[in-house]
Amino acid sequence: MKYLEEYRDRALVDKLVAKIHQSATRRHTLMEVCGGQTHAILRFGIDALLEKTVTLVHGPGCPVCVTPVAMIDQAIALAQMPDVVLCTFGDMMRVPGSRQSLLEARAQGGQVRMVYSPLDAVKLAQADPTKQYVFFAVGFETTAPANALAVYQADQQGISNFAILSTHVLVRPAMETILKHPDCRIEGFLAAGHVCTITGYAGYEALCEQYKTPIVVTGFEPVDILSGVLHCVEQLEAGVASVQNAYTRSVQREGNQQAWRLVETVFEVTDQEWRGMGTIPRSGLRLRSRYGAHDAAQRFEIPTPEPAAANPCRAAEVLQGFITPHECPAFGVSCTPEAPLGAPMVSSEGACAAYYRYRRTEALNTEG
Amino acid sequence: MCLAIPGKVISIDESEPILRTGKVSFGGALRDVALSTVPEAEVGSYVLVHAGIAISKVDEAEAARVLESIAQLDLSDEEDMLEVTGDAPETGGQS
Ligand code: SF4
Repeated sequence: MKYLEEYRDRALVDKLVAKIHQSATRRHTLMEVCGGQTHAILRFGIDALLEKTVTLVHGPGCPVCVTPVAMIDQAIALAQMPDVVLCTFGDMMRVPGSRQSLLEARAQGGQVRMVYSPLDAVKLAQADPTKQYVFFAVGFETTAPANALAVYQADQQGISNFAILSTHVLVRPAMETILKHPDCRIEGFLAAGHVCTITGYAGYEALCEQYKTPIVVTGFEPVDILSGVLHCVEQLEAGVASVQNAYTRSVQREGNQQAWRLVETVFEVTDQEWRGMGTIPRSGLRLRSRYGAHDAAQRFEIPTPEPAAANPCRAAEVLQGFITPHECPAFGVSCTPEAPLGAPMVSSEGACAAYYRYRRTEALNTEG
Repeated sequence: MCLAIPGKVISIDESEPILRTGKVSFGGALRDVALSTVPEAEVGSYVLVHAGIAISKVDEAEAARVLESIAQLDLSDEEDMLEVTGDAPETGGQS
């Protein structure tokens, strides 16, 4: 497909790898923020190509992974209510809540529908006024416009049986939390290209300046990722830190202002809990009171489940780049995609799932 | 979840004022996509689609420029390169 294949071109990949090796006089440690990038890196073996000069640390950019357990429990509680249909992206289905996943809840009679877009959930609500349709609105800035549009459309069209259970996270505050940590070893960031498509990257400039850390907006194909790495390495070698854009075909400095205006119409910034990382100030979005009629948290009496029993999952450390998935003792032993202990093992952007899929044998070999 | 796929706009429907939509082709597979946040996209444009909505119009000139500049990367320090990549092909351009 156009705009995909040409970015997997072997000759360009080799050229970029050679240039990175040529530029680096020492090893550099970079974090790719987005879980989609993590999967591409492992799938195409980019980590292995760069083995000699660059350590890629996997970042927190998996919205499914950072969704608090209590939110999964709430989604399940909604699915179990009579006349409520809980709609969700497929990615959320297998994520363990404190007792079960949405998939298990559905097997026991909960009403759960998988959709490709929140707009599909609005259509379902419109077609069936006898039931309440709740979309489990999880996501980063990339997904916020789609969720905002769904609420906006339902509101405009008077579709009153549509609501969202909202748990939105913002990437920049999480990057700052990582940089602030005393054990932080990240020298440069490959920023999440599709988040920046929406938000632009002007907002990173203060962060880059304050922490003297290069931030390069990076896409998702091998050529894109390697271009991001090259820009980062060149900055580090030159001893400078700036915000650069290596994904110019999709990202502009100011982002997609039309899309962000839509987000700001419907949502406002709020403090947000991240699974395993605690509450980060001003790192989430919640519905404005004007749209309270479409807010599942206000519309339904959602039972608050008991706190979850202790879980050996080390997702918080994985998500902040302190350990790699195969350093988690449960990896591939008590935690597998079929029987996951944590979200990173089942999400299509989770680092543990990527290691299980592409690096399982190596990981088990080094251990054994 | 932030996965977004580029596709080509085949048709645009503006009959519903608050929801500009269109058909977008992903290598031949057609899908309905919300186009309200990419007003500059026209029939024939490539857009990046995420969760049923187009999040940007692909800048074709930028795409071409970047690929060209990578193909032109100067690797004159050949010894270093050979040591690292072995018999890497020298062809450059797109396949
Ligand atoms: S391997 Fe499983 S238990 Fe360990 S961090 Fe990953 S998801 Fe959690």
